[in-house]
Amino acid sequence: MLRLEARPQPSARWGYASPLLALAITVVIGVILFAALGKDPVRGLQVFFWEPIKSTYALSELMVKATPLLIIALGLAVCFRSNVWNIGAEGQYLIGAIFASGVALTATKETGAWIIPAVILAGVLGGMLWAGITALLRDRFNANEILVSLMLVYVAIQVLNYLVYGPWKDPMGYNFPQTKTFESVTQMPRLMQGSRVNIGLLIALAGVAAVWVFLFRTYSGFAQQVGGLAPAAARYAGFSSRKALWIALLTSGGAAGLAGALEVAGPIGQLTPYVPAGYGFAAIIVAFVGRLHPVGIVFSAILMSMFYIGGELAQSRLGLPKSITGVFQGLLLFALLACDTLIAYRVVWKK
Amino acid sequence: MTSPPTTPRLQLTGITKRYPGVVANSNVSLTVAPGEIHAVLGENGAGKSTLMKIIYGAVKPDEGTVRFNGQPAHIRNPQEARALGISMVFQHFSLFDTLTVAENVWLGLDKSLSLNEVTASIDATAAEYGLDIDPKRPVHTLSVGEMQRVEIIRALLTQPQLLILDEPTSVLTPQAVEKLFVVLKKLASEGCSILYISHKLHEIRELCTACTVLRGGQVTGVCDPRQESNASLSRLMIGAEPTALEARVLNAGAAVLAVQNLTLASDDPFGTDLAAIALTVRAGEVVGIAGVSGNGQGELLRALSGEDRRAPAGSIRALGQDASRLPPGKRRALGLHFVPEERLGRGAVPTLSLAHNLLLSRRDAVGAGGWLRLGVLKAQAEDIIARYKVKANGPGAAAKSLSGGNLQKFIVGREIEAKPKLLIVSQPTWGVDVGASAQIRGEILALRDAGCAVLVVSEELDELFEISDRLHVIAKGRLSPSIDRADATVERIGEWMSGLWDAPASNNNQKESAHAAA
Repeated sequence: MLRLEARPQPSARWGYASPLLALAITVVIGVILFAALGKDPVRGLQVFFWEPIKSTYALSELMVKATPLLIIALGLAVCFRSNVWNIGAEGQYLIGAIFASGVALTATKETGAWIIPAVILAGVLGGMLWAGITALLRDRFNANEILVSLMLVYVAIQVLNYLVYGPWKDPMGYNFPQTKTFESVTQMPRLMQGSRVNIGLLIALAGVAAVWVFLFRTYSGFAQQVGGLAPAAARYAGFSSRKALWIALLTSGGAAGLAGALEVAGPIGQLTPYVPAGYGFAAIIVAFVGRLHPVGIVFSAILMSMFYIGGELAQSRLGLPKSITGVFQGLLLFALLACDTLIAYRVVWKK
Repeated sequence: MTSPPTTPRLQLTGITKRYPGVVANSNVSLTVAPGEIHAVLGENGAGKSTLMKIIYGAVKPDEGTVRFNGQPAHIRNPQEARALGISMVFQHFSLFDTLTVAENVWLGLDKSLSLNEVTASIDATAAEYGLDIDPKRPVHTLSVGEMQRVEIIRALLTQPQLLILDEPTSVLTPQAVEKLFVVLKKLASEGCSILYISHKLHEIRELCTACTVLRGGQVTGVCDPRQESNASLSRLMIGAEPTALEARVLNAGAAVLAVQNLTLASDDPFGTDLAAIALTVRAGEVVGIAGVSGNGQGELLRALSGEDRRAPAGSIRALGQDASRLPPGKRRALGLHFVPEERLGRGAVPTLSLAHNLLLSRRDAVGAGGWLRLGVLKAQAEDIIARYKVKANGPGAAAKSLSGGNLQKFIVGREIEAKPKLLIVSQPTWGVDVGASAQIRGEILALRDAGCAVLVVSEELDELFEISDRLHVIAKGRLSPSIDRADATVERIGEWMSGLWDAPASNNNQKESAHAAA
């Protein structure tokens, strides 16, 4: 019989290996899934894991999708490491997108390049504001941040719908629920010709470095994490748990808002009801698969981006429903949680 | 061993139990005669608890045999152990606070009896052994000593032939210990065998008629403790005699900590409110606070450390400043350092390295702009590991990978190396082995000699008598006046632990009620 035996020391090796094992398990289940649906499994895997990287253009599209995931997941890593469970990054992403759109819509043909930082800043502030509501309710009334942040996602969706069906609807838009296309001056500058990759990618990579430095090289980053690891030790040391709560939520909210701004003023170019694409929720998986480590998150964001693109391709090439993306995301998280058991336990064969 | 005249009650032969990375018991043999009070002596981590769990069926041995009354026994779980006639009183009580004594006892028995029958048998057993307790009282109104009585009555109701007691006196006042010993001796005289687990040498010498000593999972000696001295027993237990600390003349300096009229309601519904605490600690002296745990020690220490900042303004003055409302970091800046009783989770973050754990109370490695200088941090940790003889896998070892004693040495080292002007230590040697205890006490005294003011809160009277210059006793949130160590006796401090320092010591009636309250 297989049995789990506690390891005297958690395994460092399995700490790195478990995400890879989880990916392998996800692929195996994926193959079974394709076969069960009557599709060629090799073709299926090709769509998910080869097509997104086979050309420069495909790679650049991979980066376009990975950028918001990476930015949001970086913020969530800081948040989750502080033992604050912000599940509502999707809502903060939306409000960030709305604030950014508000600024972008003021632009005219004559507006200068200053509008770009203004749009970005508005997005960050919007995300912070939305996460700040959660922080305030938690701080003041000890409300559960998981529930509050999650419910605020649905409030944010309604705010978006109100704006695009109401005051912000494009009068020349044939009554479609969307704003007018933003002036081109508000467009995030692209990095190269022929691809949609923009400065968001650079901001994201700078974020990786910044989060790494904050978490592992600064005293405040240390203090921030102690509250998550051992609250009594944080009190003993004198690290304020309220400060940690606010930093955690404002950081993750600001990051999500930033991603929202980059998205509406980048690939989308206007505010539509289709802005909420689930990046905020997928980023939770990205953060955990990346071990809440900034460098790990780079890889997991790329992987998750493959699932997004693969899901879309599976629609057109294989005739599979788009929800296949969600199935793969869920499988990966599920397999990871199962594999993480191996960090603290080892499998032994006993009669 | 020569064969005993009667069949042994319990005979363990060649018991071995391995856990991943550690051998808890190696070829352990143990023989307990009927009606014998048999001590199992050993330091923390010597394998006592594992051995008891094997006898009680909670752990299965890898090798070896267990014979009970001459018959081979394969005890698979505690229910089977109880059916055989083995009962155990654990160090940590398993009682439901909101239920009454009778209901708690009833829960632990098989359901053949009604609650009324159980109540009647509790009364009968209590009367027979002098364990006075009201079966109808809710458990949360009981003192710790009374809770232990409930556990013992619960064990006795199963009519055990072998009763196992795990460190039973760690929570009792000296008077309550005396009463417990009377009960145990009576039980033994009726033929019940008792396995008494402890590391307190004088108790074992007073109570037990046989003793098996464990060290590092192996039996290092079987003896009659009545024939041994503390020194010979501790030699068996730790392989060396602890060095004695010498007495000295007190020459205390200026007051470093002055607590006045500290009254504070506990923020925990089951906590103890502090009432008008007054306390002074001067430079170059060690002041000890004795008391049974849960009498306000935790609340007082949190108020002193700054983890609780609700103390009335002016009630706590440290190093000439009003520190009542200062956060822990500001108090450390004044020179007040604190070693909490919980090492893992409060004194140290379990998953972080020893080096990073320095940052909880030290900022030496924090450079300009809050930048961490990891090289400095590592060197600092290496220094403490070497100087305090911490057994650890280097400065990168996670705090939780260290044994309790080694982690305590590291934490004490961390605070002492900060060159405090006032050091507050809670339970400096709780769960720490004898060698490390002596080392920690020596470090505390060296710090005192260097002119630091030291406040020690401990439940171990021996320890307080050894290192304190003056003693206070805390009981029900009130603090006794201070008494010089030279004038203090175990009896007197024991009485004070019941809160009776205002009463004249000669009054016998009050003494009696003090015992009842314990």
